[in-house]
Amino acid sequence: MTVEAAIVATHRREWARVLAATVRVTRDLDLAEECVQEAYAAALEIWARDGIPGNPAAWLSTAARRRAIDAIRRDRALRSRLPLLVISPEEPSDEDSRPDGRLDLIFMCCHPALGRAAQVALTLRLVCGVPVADIARAFLVSEPTMAARITRAKKKIATARIPYRMPGPAELPERLPGVLAVIYLLFTTGHTAPSGGSLVRADLVDRAMQLARMLRELMPGETEIGGLHALLLVSTARQETRVDEDGRLLRLKDQDRSRWDRAALAEAHDIIVAALPAGPPGRLLLQAAIASLYAEAPSYEETDWPQILTLYDRLLPVWPSPVVRLNRTVPLAMVAGPAAALAEVEELERDDRLAGYQYLPAIKADLLSRLGRAGEAAAAYRQAFTLASNEAERAFLAGQLADLTPVEGPSQRA
Amino acid sequence: MAQYAVLIYAGDSAHAPDASAEELETHTDHADDLAERGSMVAAYALTPRDMATSVRGDTITDGPFLDSKEVVAGFYVIEAPDLDAALAIARTNPVVHQGGGVEVRPVHSGGPVERR
Repeated sequence: MTVEAAIVATHRREWARVLAATVRVTRDLDLAEECVQEAYAAALEIWARDGIPGNPAAWLSTAARRRAIDAIRRDRALRSRLPLLVISPEEPSDEDSRPDGRLDLIFMCCHPALGRAAQVALTLRLVCGVPVADIARAFLVSEPTMAARITRAKKKIATARIPYRMPGPAELPERLPGVLAVIYLLFTTGHTAPSGGSLVRADLVDRAMQLARMLRELMPGETEIGGLHALLLVSTARQETRVDEDGRLLRLKDQDRSRWDRAALAEAHDIIVAALPAGPPGRLLLQAAIASLYAEAPSYEETDWPQILTLYDRLLPVWPSPVVRLNRTVPLAMVAGPAAALAEVEELERDDRLAGYQYLPAIKADLLSRLGRAGEAAAAYRQAFTLASNEAERAFLAGQLADLTPVEGPSQRA
Repeated sequence: MAQYAVLIYAGDSAHAPDASAEELETHTDHADDLAERGSMVAAYALTPRDMATSVRGDTITDGPFLDSKEVVAGFYVIEAPDLDAALAIARTNPVVHQGGGVEVRPVHSGGPVERR
């Protein structure tokens, strides 16, 4: 491996560990970032001369910490005017159970006292080491706007004394979902990328996956982390087949299952199977189990519909969302027939929270079409078409509508 | 340790001039509790919104400054090592479960003024 490649790999893999170690010394985020960046720059030169060290992260942490100590000694006055971070004292005896500060770092970035947009930006910058310019591009804002967002968040962390510390066992159940939501948001932002800037956005998917994997390693007992990781794995495994060569959206039943990433699906399966017996499953684990079960069937027709319906029935109490109820009508139609599912959809139509939700008329149209009510199906497809937000979805709905037309009588077509 | 102001927002203040001790019991108990724990630095209960008078520019009007569902019903200053500790104290305020809420703001400076 060349030194450049080693640096790039270490940057991606170890940034969080190195920064977390440095923050402990500086108690100042900007100074820590600066020292870590300098350490990476120095590595480029020194590794080329002396060879790549056996433990690059430890080398970088030592180099960055040394720079930090020097900087603090040299000129305290030059340090930022912000108050120092609140850091719990290191527990030397506890070295093994707290291997590094990465959890302190991520829980600080995702603290509920920060807005979601700030949490996401900070996590990318501080935990993943993504340059501000790239974060700005991924979220379609200008670089100064993103820089200001990050600066403001750092200022609040220091001034309001948001602690650099992972929450204790009592607060953890309340705090973990926020961290998982940030990772999920990163993923969906990358996953549902419009064509423009897709490279940067594909990187978001990788980052989200990496964060989920990291959290799972650091907190192996938390089954919802496993659920999130598995959910991301299943979605990514099917990513390639979501659209055809012309960029048209493909339904699950029309996707080429032979092109799915079997290794990712197998990893997701193992995570879910290991986590399910651990206790009452949370929302993410159940979502992952549903997605995984859909993906495991050899064909759409052979999907285990009753099992999927059972999982939805367990998901609804932990996540009583009208969208979940709507999605449940898909397996319901397969188990109890389209008429039963349609009755449920029509009931959901009265829920204001789903007004303007494009998938409701789309699902309704499909059910109506299966019941042979082509005229009503066409009207529902048209409604979905008006609500659809992106080109790929609109093209798909137009195709569905066109497929319906031959069923209708000539008088209706005129 | 840092100081945080806790602003209490409610539909109105329970501390009417003629309020009975029973009506104020939950609030008084909460204040006593915080004082006992040693985290309270200062505390003020305000009278209801009808007692408020606002000034904007040259205009004086009857009522709270912001025409909103909630008003500041009182505020106190607490001492806490970090935001998590401050939020843990602030959220014990009974108003949080009575349709109102609290806002926690780090104190920049200030305190009781010594009078000559």
